[in-house]
Amino acid sequence: MRSPKVVTGATAGFVALSLGLSACGGGDDGDDKGGSGKFNAGATAVANPSDHKGGVLKMAQPDDFESLDPANIYYAYGLNFVRLFSRTLMTYSSKPGIAGTEMVPDLAEAKGVPSDGQKTWTYKLKRGVKYEDGTEIKAKDIKYAVARTFDRGVLHNGPSYFSQLLAAEGYKGPFKDKNLDAFKGVETPDDYTVVFKLKRPFSEFDQVVGFSGQTAPVPADKDKGVRYGMHPVSSGPYKLEADYQAKKGGTLVRNSNWDPSTDPNRKQLPDKIEVQSGLKAEEIDSRLLAGTVQVDLPGSGVQAAARQEILTKPKLKANADNPVAGFHWYLPINTKNIPNVDCRRAIVYAADRSAMYRAYGGEVGGVMATSIQPPAIPGRDKGTDMFTKADPNFTGDPTQAKAALAKCGKPNGFSTVMTFRSDRPKEKATAEALKQALDKVGIKLELKGYPSGTYTNEQLGAPKFVAKENVGIGTYGWQPDWSTGYGYLQPISDVKAIVPTGNANNAEIDDPQINKMWTDVTAIADPAQRAKVYNQIDARIRDQAYILPNVYAKSLLVRPPNLTNVYFHQGYGMYDYANLGVTG
Amino acid sequence: MAADKHAAGKRAGAERDAKAAELINAVPGEEGGGRGAPSAFLEVRDLKIHFPTDDGLVKSVDGLSFQLERGRTLGIVGESGSGKSVTSLGVLGLHNRRNAKVSGEIWLDGQEIVQASPDEVRRLRGRKMAMIFQDPLSAMHPFYTVGHQIIEAYRVHNDVSKQVARKHAIDMLGRVGIPKPDQRVDDYPHQFSGGMRQRAMIAMALSCDPELLIADEPTTALDVTVQAQILDLIRDLQQEFNSAIIMITHDLGVVAELSDDILVMYAGRCAEYASVDDAFHRPLHPYTWGLLGSMPRLDRERTERLLPIKGTPPSLINVPDGCAFNPRCAYRDLNDGKSTTERPELRELEPGHKAACHLPLERRREIWNDEIAPKL
Amino acid sequence: MVAFIVRRLLGAVGLLLIISAVTFAIFFLVPKAAGVTSDDLAGRFAGRQPDAATLAAIKDRFGLDDPVPVQYGKYIKSIVAGDTYDTGTEKIDCPAPCLGYSFRTNQSVLDQILDRAPVTLMITLGAAVLWILAGVSIGVISALKRGTIFDRAAMSVALAGVSLPVFFTGLLSLAFVVHSWNLLPEVNYRGLGDNPFNLLLPWICLAFLYAALYARLTRAGMLETMNEDFIRTARAKGLPERTVVVKHGLRASLTPIMTVFGLDLGLLLGGAIITEKTFSIPGLGQLALDGIFQSDLPVVLGATMTAALFIVLANLVVDILYGVVDPRVRHS
Repeated sequence: MRSPKVVTGATAGFVALSLGLSACGGGDDGDDKGGSGKFNAGATAVANPSDHKGGVLKMAQPDDFESLDPANIYYAYGLNFVRLFSRTLMTYSSKPGIAGTEMVPDLAEAKGVPSDGQKTWTYKLKRGVKYEDGTEIKAKDIKYAVARTFDRGVLHNGPSYFSQLLAAEGYKGPFKDKNLDAFKGVETPDDYTVVFKLKRPFSEFDQVVGFSGQTAPVPADKDKGVRYGMHPVSSGPYKLEADYQAKKGGTLVRNSNWDPSTDPNRKQLPDKIEVQSGLKAEEIDSRLLAGTVQVDLPGSGVQAAARQEILTKPKLKANADNPVAGFHWYLPINTKNIPNVDCRRAIVYAADRSAMYRAYGGEVGGVMATSIQPPAIPGRDKGTDMFTKADPNFTGDPTQAKAALAKCGKPNGFSTVMTFRSDRPKEKATAEALKQALDKVGIKLELKGYPSGTYTNEQLGAPKFVAKENVGIGTYGWQPDWSTGYGYLQPISDVKAIVPTGNANNAEIDDPQINKMWTDVTAIADPAQRAKVYNQIDARIRDQAYILPNVYAKSLLVRPPNLTNVYFHQGYGMYDYANLGVTG
Repeated sequence: MAADKHAAGKRAGAERDAKAAELINAVPGEEGGGRGAPSAFLEVRDLKIHFPTDDGLVKSVDGLSFQLERGRTLGIVGESGSGKSVTSLGVLGLHNRRNAKVSGEIWLDGQEIVQASPDEVRRLRGRKMAMIFQDPLSAMHPFYTVGHQIIEAYRVHNDVSKQVARKHAIDMLGRVGIPKPDQRVDDYPHQFSGGMRQRAMIAMALSCDPELLIADEPTTALDVTVQAQILDLIRDLQQEFNSAIIMITHDLGVVAELSDDILVMYAGRCAEYASVDDAFHRPLHPYTWGLLGSMPRLDRERTERLLPIKGTPPSLINVPDGCAFNPRCAYRDLNDGKSTTERPELRELEPGHKAACHLPLERRREIWNDEIAPKL
Repeated sequence: MVAFIVRRLLGAVGLLLIISAVTFAIFFLVPKAAGVTSDDLAGRFAGRQPDAATLAAIKDRFGLDDPVPVQYGKYIKSIVAGDTYDTGTEKIDCPAPCLGYSFRTNQSVLDQILDRAPVTLMITLGAAVLWILAGVSIGVISALKRGTIFDRAAMSVALAGVSLPVFFTGLLSLAFVVHSWNLLPEVNYRGLGDNPFNLLLPWICLAFLYAALYARLTRAGMLETMNEDFIRTARAKGLPERTVVVKHGLRASLTPIMTVFGLDLGLLLGGAIITEKTFSIPGLGQLALDGIFQSDLPVVLGATMTAALFIVLANLVVDILYGVVDPRVRHS
């Protein structure tokens, strides 16, 4: 799942302005807005639990969902949101804490049953689950939904796991080939059985099925191709009142054909859920603090101005959460441009972890990273410090760094390029801190900033560019498609994951040991066994200094007092939107 | 109908007379206000119009007095900058009190104008006194039709409907000799020829039957044949309305044709005041001689040179000491240096004939008869 | 007159052709010069880590691999002759002038423009009424009271106003007037159905900027006009001073104001970008801005051409109005 581009358009002027504001606004807030909250109450448990029905829940976002077609979304917050009106075979468990990362049955009666050495996955559907128009959901609807995702031109935003994994060679999707029988990747022996046929073993297929909306049933006669997202047919507790208006918003109302007894993962508390798109991030913050908007949809936390205000005012802070959010902001070291492991280790040794930690805002901004996998991954080992220390006072070890340089054959250091997102002050500060630390051992960094809009596609995420510009190191962050070691580590360390644009294996790791582990692990049935392998890969990445660990991100989220049943969902990395209620 | 209105205007004037007399009596002995309402239709007494500027005080008009009766025409002549136009605007009360200092008295039909409230003077303008401007193209609003501008002038002083006012405007245009007035009434000023435009301007000025008409260079912008027609028109209209006319011009020919009396202005003051006959045949001021000498005349041979006045008009900030004309005067050495030290007073030398000059009267008559007149 | 309008409209068509061609060139050729491939371009529309099949499908769907002149030709053809749009399940007829479909929202660009235009129109017209009323009356009073305290104060405020952009006044007023003091409700305006008085704050902020300009402009014009001969004539006719100032003075000063007003209006109608962004109002400016940030070529093209069209039309209207206001132009 991709997190939205963080809009850090906080210009100096605006920061100054808001500092002024917090200075004059002081003290008169929040008297009537409940003081019952406790800082971090929603980070690990359900805050403000309530079964109160009714009210209008207001959500806002600065940009917009890439689509509301459940099959055409990749952003985590969009996938979180569409759970309100679309049910999938599997879904994340609606629980706070690490339990939320577990995939549990949704439309399916139970977890998928693998056979044929993890190459066939069979799901049985619950009976009597209905669409918003009262029609029962059948296996063919799931098959059709999955078939659609094969048309990568029509549904280009969503994940491509099905077209990559399923044994449906040459199938182009139902828009080009109307005969659904031609699609061999999914079989439906009866109305309530869905069988997936895979090309190769894939033990985390439940995750593939559950993390995205691509198994949400689509009635073929209601499909509108690229425009289905304007009014997708609901199978969940809410349905669209009218066509969703891109970049403006829309309204969800109760779906009377949703049966709560079949769905333990969602609630249906508010009468209406209103979404407003295109509201400036700073304006959303102001409205969150005023309580006129309850949910900031992207869920990545407030902007600099509001952050300052919340942290300095106890009443506001009492209604905020500061959970570890799912991102690890790390620094990939490119193996093509710095092929020698000792040269890479020298960088890790010399890095001033203290300054880089502070660059991300210290205690409120994050937790110092020890492993590559963040804590939200079940089965993840905390890891041991290799060539560095996750210690707020650790400013680097120049002696060891120089020794490593000598071993590398470059005792006087070397020069390379470091990239960062120029519109993200934290990344800029990190790059500057690293440059300063590496300077001390003779490693010269040339810092180059690029706009976040193109960074992952055209600069750090484009191997061609990295080679051309001699990029040795960059700032980057990763949040997994699903919460397992595979979801986190495979895209950033498997040689097969290297793509020409939007590449996440920025270090261009092509390590035979790691490659083999990736090939083998997908056939292992036991999750605990797989987690062991992931931890080995994690350790290998650090041992070979492919990635310099930095900070597990913490976000600062506002939880308005009139919002009920709020908790931080570790699978989505934000509040769970399918269970919220509103009072007053 | 026109007669009725005229009578009404007269009645109102009489009321104001009484009021003005009261006002004067209430402040006896005040400077410039002591002599009370005059018997003349228009009387200007010791009029001073000064403009303070960053460079100094510009004395555009500096102690001017004259009288004018109904049915008579006074020609005010002088070079550019001598104060002719400033005087006429002063009579109309058009100077902005913020940048012009006006003192003295202007009595129009028993009503004093200098001390009156701006609104009182405004009510007189256009109705009791009206003005014909020099360049009708710039003096008429380019965005409104000629008819509209006449109607506006009429309706501001007469409570009549637009239709009535429009009929009146067409009537006026016809009276000033514009053909097909019912069509031309809807034309814009730029659609008129120069002469027609001046006629329209006159129609506008006369729309409320003013008793005092001030014409500021009314024919300067026109070619000669048209000039003559316009002058004829003004003369005819004067006879019809019995108006008093002030004709401001630098063209003595126009004055000769139209005026009864002439006021020659120099540097904001009156140099000579005389009947047309006296001014042309027995002028008593060297400046007047100069003006006459500068006048081209068709009945003379072209080889004979005119007698232009040497030099340029003085700055109105630093008017020369003594006689303002002295730097340009060919005869200034004939009176013991008084010309450069003492300002000559305006004296009545013959009945109705005044001049301001230090030269002995006899000497002046000799010079005119022997040196100037033969050359003209 | 008709010939004049026809000639000008033909010129406008030529201008729009040039603008669309330049927009195309900027969209494709500039990134290409910087080393961006059509794969990179396609990657902007894909989810993360797009596989080769996804990139190929996107390039095929958007025609990104066609030579730029071919893409341009198709674009112009669809404007002139219309086109059909393949949603996957059906082919939608898009009659001329077909501006294509958004790469992001898959909606007709023309529909989006028609949906957004009234919003921008409301912002602009509301502000225009305010700034004309305020700017012109302050300018007139300033001119008549030249050099007084009022004049000096008004012109100082005007100078400040001209130098205070909407994103500054807007943010400030949002922070204080709306969020701190709760004097005005939050700005929520998304379409003609909403209460237009929600736009009060954007109106005031935008009008403040322009009123300042118009006050200076009016003052200068009035100072010049009030010295004209025809003003003296109007006074000589005995007209009340108010009539002289408004009917004769102001009327003649209006021509330059009208010119600037036409151009300002044309510019704003094409998208009051900063105001819309500051107050989060979905107008044409936001549409254009989103289009640019999201590489949504059809939207960028549509928005650019709409803005250009508004400017061209505003110029034309100003020229026609010249004739209405100034009869000398009409008759020449």
